[in-house]
Amino acid sequence: MSAVTSPSERPVTGSTLSEHTAAQMLIGRHRLRLWEPLPWLLAIAFYFAFPSYLGFGTDLLIWILFALSLDLALGYAGILTLGHAAFFGAGAYTVGLLAYHGIWSEPLTSLVLAALVAAAIGLASGLVLLRTTGLTLLMLTLCTMALLEEGANMAHEWTGGFDGLPSLTIPPIFGLFEFNPLYPETQYIYTLVILFLGFLLVRALIYSPFGESLTGIRENMLRMHAVGAPVRWRLVVCYTISAAIAGVAGGLWAQTNAYVNLTTLSLDRAATVFIILILGGYGRLYGAFVGAVAYLVLAHFLARLYPTAWQLGLGLLLVVIALFARNGILGIADTLWRRFKTRRQPS
Amino acid sequence: MIFGIDVASILLGGLSAGTVLFIISVGLSVTMGLMGFVNLAHGAFAMFGGYVIVLSMNQLGVPFIPALITGFVVTAAVSAVFERLLYARLYRAGELDQVLFTIGLVFVFIAGITLIVGPETQPFTPPAALRGQMDLGFTEYRTYSIFLIVVGALIVIGLWLGFERTRLGAQIRATVDNRRMAESLGINVDRLFSITFAFGSGMAALGGGLGAEFLGLDPQYALKYLVYFLIAVSVGGLGTVTGVYYASMLIGVFDFVLKLYLPKGGTIFIFALTILLLLWRPQGLFKRTEA
Repeated sequence: MSAVTSPSERPVTGSTLSEHTAAQMLIGRHRLRLWEPLPWLLAIAFYFAFPSYLGFGTDLLIWILFALSLDLALGYAGILTLGHAAFFGAGAYTVGLLAYHGIWSEPLTSLVLAALVAAAIGLASGLVLLRTTGLTLLMLTLCTMALLEEGANMAHEWTGGFDGLPSLTIPPIFGLFEFNPLYPETQYIYTLVILFLGFLLVRALIYSPFGESLTGIRENMLRMHAVGAPVRWRLVVCYTISAAIAGVAGGLWAQTNAYVNLTTLSLDRAATVFIILILGGYGRLYGAFVGAVAYLVLAHFLARLYPTAWQLGLGLLLVVIALFARNGILGIADTLWRRFKTRRQPS
Repeated sequence: MIFGIDVASILLGGLSAGTVLFIISVGLSVTMGLMGFVNLAHGAFAMFGGYVIVLSMNQLGVPFIPALITGFVVTAAVSAVFERLLYARLYRAGELDQVLFTIGLVFVFIAGITLIVGPETQPFTPPAALRGQMDLGFTEYRTYSIFLIVVGALIVIGLWLGFERTRLGAQIRATVDNRRMAESLGINVDRLFSITFAFGSGMAALGGGLGAEFLGLDPQYALKYLVYFLIAVSVGGLGTVTGVYYASMLIGVFDFVLKLYLPKGGTIFIFALTILLLLWRPQGLFKRTEA
């Protein structure tokens, strides 16, 4: 048993974990928890409760999907990337370019194409970049993103350069549900459905043996090499899937906003998604959800009123999280919950 | 324009830009080499120092050289406080936490400077003696750029001597090469790091002030040029002085040529070359391969 024990998962039920319960935990890990439908119920409730905030809600859902894709690469596989907006932008520009030049604009197939293009870039860059680790990897992902951003800026005739591609026309989904920029109901439901599908994929992945081996690589790459795991291929595959999901998020962004510009490829976006994920808690399925809600609600209401103070507050928050709360909001919640439990039933 | 003169002015322009890049990045290289600390806030210290220098010149009328010294000392002192109170807690943490922490610090600096000084670009005028053109015999060029190149050359010689010929320099080199061994030989690595961190930030401050003429100085400075600092460090090699110097000069000249002939998006080649270079030599161009 000891050889199979997952090195990753935090001991959830305290220190007195017998072999039996540990085995039970491993077997039952992937089962649906009671509270797991909650985020989705909340998302549906949001639709009815705040009809005037659906544009904001759509944006929020896209950030969640993007953060989820980063979680797969950074949180689970431990790939230190600061350039994930490269794939978001690749997806956004795929959708944007095809629609703007009147080549293809059907929403769902466009998203598939966005995923494919982003995955191709992820695979090509992953094959060469993932030989490296640490600072070199960080620099390489950063440079790849900057390269794409400059490329999009330079290919002015096609991409519109700095101004981007304005007013895309996206046809109705299945020819039935129209994208209305003033009442983004379709956008919200559509994004929610795609996010749900993306979430199911990520959830299935991380609870699979493949996901287990990713966690193993994050925790101890040398040992994974030693036990004969094809470390580099696992990382490349993970990076490619993560890129594809980020590409879908970017494609959604282009469709629901009906425009694309260079901000989709910017360091700003890459840093924001990084912050969202770590704020919520990385390497756990729901960190992306909690982080995106916390960050965007704060940003939406504070940043408009006090932009500078907001930035100062955000900076201080990040410093505090890095120093004292390594696992983000969910990590804090976990600790409190464990403390609460041990106090109630002292062992 | 005659071709020969054109080449000379391109070289001089590129070298002066490279000099600023070097002065700012060298501290980052040494501190990253020593502790493996991913310090994305280095540009923020350069910006902070630049503000101290430019504001003390513009608002208080301090002359150029004393202003530079003030910027160096103030920034070194402030960064030493940060290092002891905050950075020191994260040496054993993962790169992820270090990145998060230093990004947070960058935001704090940007917002702090916007709040205290304001969001506008600070004007910088070199002292009268350094304005205008200078006759070099073979060509005429801007005096300030020549001044920068000379200062950069003096600094690299000084740092090289300090690195290769002093006890402290030997300790730094030993720690970059093998930190555990250095520690077990009784080198106080924490103290060494505090000193180099403060000194490196002071150098960044000098670079921020000296480069304010053509890099500009506004609160976004800390993020705008960060990628260039990191490229200079990773191309030059962590923990080297001369490596970063050569790398900075290469990048400076390259950038200058590209901006001249490919004004739109010429920087794409810098990123592409950096990627190729790092794949070919992940340790950087000039790092001694034997560690």
